[in-house]
Amino acid sequence: MVPASWPREEPLDERLLLIDPRALTLRDARVRDLPGALAQGDLLVVNDAATVPASLEAVTARGEPVELRLAAHLGDERWRAVLFGAGDWHTRTEHRPLPPRLSAREALLVGPELVATLERVDPAQPRLVDLRFSRSGAALWGALYRHGHPVQYAHVARALELWHVQTPFAARPWAVEMPSAGRALTWSLFGALRARGVRLAWLTHAAGLSSTGDAALDAALPLPEHFDVPAATVRAIAEARLARRRVVAAGTTVVRALEGCARLHGGELVGGEGTTDLRIDRRFRPRVVDGLLTGLHELGSSHRELMHAFAPEPLLARAWAHAEQRGYQDHEFGDVCLVLPGLTPA
Amino acid sequence: MELRGAAAVVTGASRGLGAALARRLVAAGARVALVARPSEELEQVVRGIRAAGGEAHAVAADVGDKRAPHAIAAAAAALVGPVELLVQAASTLGHVPLRPLLDTGCEALERALAVNLVGPFRLAKLLVTPMALRGRGLVVHVTSDAAVGAYSGWGAYGVSKAALDHLGRILGAELEGTGVRVVTVDPGEMDTVMHAEALPGADRAALLAPDVVAARIVRLVRDASAVPNGARVEAASWEGR
Repeated sequence: MVPASWPREEPLDERLLLIDPRALTLRDARVRDLPGALAQGDLLVVNDAATVPASLEAVTARGEPVELRLAAHLGDERWRAVLFGAGDWHTRTEHRPLPPRLSAREALLVGPELVATLERVDPAQPRLVDLRFSRSGAALWGALYRHGHPVQYAHVARALELWHVQTPFAARPWAVEMPSAGRALTWSLFGALRARGVRLAWLTHAAGLSSTGDAALDAALPLPEHFDVPAATVRAIAEARLARRRVVAAGTTVVRALEGCARLHGGELVGGEGTTDLRIDRRFRPRVVDGLLTGLHELGSSHRELMHAFAPEPLLARAWAHAEQRGYQDHEFGDVCLVLPGLTPA
Repeated sequence: MELRGAAAVVTGASRGLGAALARRLVAAGARVALVARPSEELEQVVRGIRAAGGEAHAVAADVGDKRAPHAIAAAAAALVGPVELLVQAASTLGHVPLRPLLDTGCEALERALAVNLVGPFRLAKLLVTPMALRGRGLVVHVTSDAAVGAYSGWGAYGVSKAALDHLGRILGAELEGTGVRVVTVDPGEMDTVMHAEALPGADRAALLAPDVVAARIVRLVRDASAVPNGARVEAASWEGR
């Protein structure tokens, strides 16, 4: 499939492949048709994490250039990060030179007012580090937004600005890459969903890095991710279940937050913050989510594995071949699909 | 709206009405991100609020800069939580001293529009959709009588404020039924640095203290549900309510 090389002007025109895992059917639609695919009382849950400019250029004390890619906020001025060697996004990550071997207590200079000191280097994955910035609070956020850029992609035409990687409803800066399924959910679409009687709920999930180009490190993705499921969303989900309506996750991060949260509490959804290391694959039985809106993910990716929990692989393989033949585009700015039982009336 | 524990952003918070509003909102229990261009004045206002036991954060940014609203929205949401109240009090006159529109540089007009209209639009755009998702929120725009009266010499400023008033009306219409409200408030003539720059010869005794106006606007914020969405109101109407 061809990757989308730039965010499109009108997200409502993007293609939406409707995949019904019960009827085993596929249907072509557009994102603007989403309200019609859902029913009154269905609940759409979105991830409102804003995307941080997580890519920072820095130099070591010996003057070696490195890219620091923030992976997870550990609290206050502490972050987990992945180190990349010299170069930038024009080179595919797997072809980038390795960063120099660094050890704890080494300092990385990000800007005249911002230093990152390594606190821990992962013994198994030396590119994975925990660090502490030299500033905190509003001064740190200001410095990160001054020096940082959004994580870039080699298949994208030009350098992305922050506004290219935000969902329309982004609030707290928790994601290091865009929770991209939410990108198409514009104000107009929210209005149309409300008019249809579809309910909306939100949570915040710290979407992590999608890939590092390092096979061993990528095998460890996703890293544990932090989430916050508000009590109002827990209530809305309980109400939807009671009314036998469907709970639809807008994106894999929403699935991970809800199912991860339920797993932490013995299968029951409990409001509040937590951290999940849940990996969802074909053996996983979702307890909270009935279906999801997501991008088209290729075989072998962790996102495709997650989709297996909602639809059998032969159907997903058929959907992929259909989408490819019809000219759908994949990756962050690509088209989307809705995997949900009951899309085709029985 | 209930101010105890509310997450708020106030722009133009290093002096004048913005600083007074930030102090008053914190005193009412809000947690506030104060936005202004980097300055010692901003840091001082924040230190003063913290010394009195309130929660305040100095978010140094120029609202007229295209990238700034993302940094402001993110810092505020990270520091005080998803924003429930946005007060846009940052303004520029364009030219000081004031001059006729036909002597106004195009760049000065653009700068006035960037700070007084486009910046507030960008910040509102970023903060309003997440407010609507939660079903509640309030945006307060600070305007001027120069938005209504066609005063000679106030061209760049008056044009930008008139557009801001209308931005509020249209946003208000589009937000009907979402639980989010926009109110545009005319504070009246205040004894501020900006006023002195515009009208250096004015009789200061005839001008309102910014803190008096801030108290009125905080009352307006509390009763905002009584104001039609998108309406333009005068702060003086909230005196003694």
